[in-house]
Amino acid sequence: MADVKRIATREGYGEALVELGREHDNIVVFDADLAGSTKSGVFGKAFPDRHFNAGIAEADMICAAAGAASMGMVAFASSFAMFATGRAYEQIRNSVGYTRLNVKIAASHGGISVGEDGASHQCCEDFALMRAIPGMVVLNPSDNVEAKAAVKAAYEYDGPVYLRFGRLAVPVFHDEATFKFEIGKGEILRDGTDVAIIATGLMVDEAVKAGEALAEKGINAMIINMASIKPLDEELIVAAAKKCGKIITCEEHSIIGGLGEAVCSLLSEKCPTPVRRIGVNDVFGFSGPALDLLKEFGLSAEHITEVAEDFCK
Amino acid sequence: MTANELKALKQLACKVRIGIVESTNAAKCGHPGGSLSSAEVLTYLYAKELNVDPANPKMATRDRFVLSKGHCAPALYAVLAHRGFFPVEDLLTLRKIGSYLQGHPNMNTVPGVDMSTGSLGQGVSTAAGMALTAKLTKNPCRVYTLLGDGEIQEGQVWEAFMFSAHYKLDNLCVIIDNNGLQIDGNIADVMSPYPIVDKMVAFGFHTITVDGHDFEALEKAFAEAKTVTGKPTAIVMNTIKGKGVSFMENQAGWHGKSTNAAEFEIAMAELKAALAELEA
Repeated sequence: MADVKRIATREGYGEALVELGREHDNIVVFDADLAGSTKSGVFGKAFPDRHFNAGIAEADMICAAAGAASMGMVAFASSFAMFATGRAYEQIRNSVGYTRLNVKIAASHGGISVGEDGASHQCCEDFALMRAIPGMVVLNPSDNVEAKAAVKAAYEYDGPVYLRFGRLAVPVFHDEATFKFEIGKGEILRDGTDVAIIATGLMVDEAVKAGEALAEKGINAMIINMASIKPLDEELIVAAAKKCGKIITCEEHSIIGGLGEAVCSLLSEKCPTPVRRIGVNDVFGFSGPALDLLKEFGLSAEHITEVAEDFCK
Repeated sequence: MTANELKALKQLACKVRIGIVESTNAAKCGHPGGSLSSAEVLTYLYAKELNVDPANPKMATRDRFVLSKGHCAPALYAVLAHRGFFPVEDLLTLRKIGSYLQGHPNMNTVPGVDMSTGSLGQGVSTAAGMALTAKLTKNPCRVYTLLGDGEIQEGQVWEAFMFSAHYKLDNLCVIIDNNGLQIDGNIADVMSPYPIVDKMVAFGFHTITVDGHDFEALEKAFAEAKTVTGKPTAIVMNTIKGKGVSFMENQAGWHGKSTNAAEFEIAMAELKAALAELEA
């Protein structure tokens, strides 16, 4: 596995913005003093006229983006997940969600893997906040290739979109030449019959590894990448539940309000199925190296394997 | 402006006030106080200042107006109706189930509304985003936004002011309706935003102070704003909350409540008498 490239999904955001900027004049990008970290600065370097720093003023940034969108632009607004969705929640709700404007909230540094900055910056509530807004699309790509594709899909989609990217470099497992991304569609990465593991973001690669480990133990797990947290691929999830009879969800997010609860809500109405949720268990994070933290919080192939083994006993 | 133009504007403002009182009375709720204090400026904007076309409300080069103090929707709706964006009789559907005239403006339902507002402090940021985009796309339009004086207690407003000056948005005109009152009382007692003008100057605005009920002063102020380059303009209007209805004037209690039957009768009698006098 030494030849696997590791790239943070936020890099894909910057690259995709530049590609979109070359093709379309109607894209503008806002940031709130984190352009270097969110990678919106890559677009700013290529198109300085269309990149606007709002300073450390996320509320103003989101609404300025809404104003730009009302003039026919596709406006991307970037900050860390914590400040984009937390600080500016009501601005997103009222000036982006309610207006149905073409604003794409592109947040980096989501989840525990922010690392050393600690709990104040480790946003594990962004899916919950954004899912609750009527009409908001919520996307959480798993690798650099999917991140680029998701940014382009968000551009093409008419309406508000939330995109979460990570700080940590993660393995690139999609092939850019053949990969197709569609909002509302999941992706079966491994077929199986004993348990379906539905993962999102950097947990997808961990789930794939868990699938391999489980196979060695005689457990045949289906692995699904669910980058589209809202809308969910309901058809795929219900089919997986019917086939496997057991579901595990994996996300670098609170077990409250994210992918796990979305899957539980769906299945409780359409196909009642036992579910185990792997995520951050209603606690705040803390400082440490990202990879160590992910293990500490059970956001690892090893933990997924343990949960699946126990589930399949 | 000629004497006849002035008279016509005064008559129109009076009709707008009637619309405000009738619509909030029909709704049995709403915000007459701040709507009445901004009747002249909204009348002037839509009658004289803004390049808008009721037959083509989404015209790309139209001037934009954002009612940042969205609760004063009754005034905006009355002005839009009298400007021909929708029938005046629809004002009586304000706040009712099924009406496109929501309690606070919705850009997706009301012809002529450029931004949904209601949560204070957000409209001014969206207006700045519009002005920025107009510059980027070489759209000749100008952008206007009206804030309440209580509204400028919101921190986001000052973020937007910083942004507007930083990006030299000389196509943006911020109007502050300084009627001195907010829900809980005098703005100076609740949380003083004073000195407003000094703060606007410090934030990089060209600042003009006017009597917000004087059409000729408003005309001069808006004309001056258009000559300013390299910085946004702020027009700080001294106004009377509840202006035009005797028992509502300078009463914080009329911020967000409607008339009962007896009060409605008095208010309408006063406004109709004022209109008759202007039409005589």
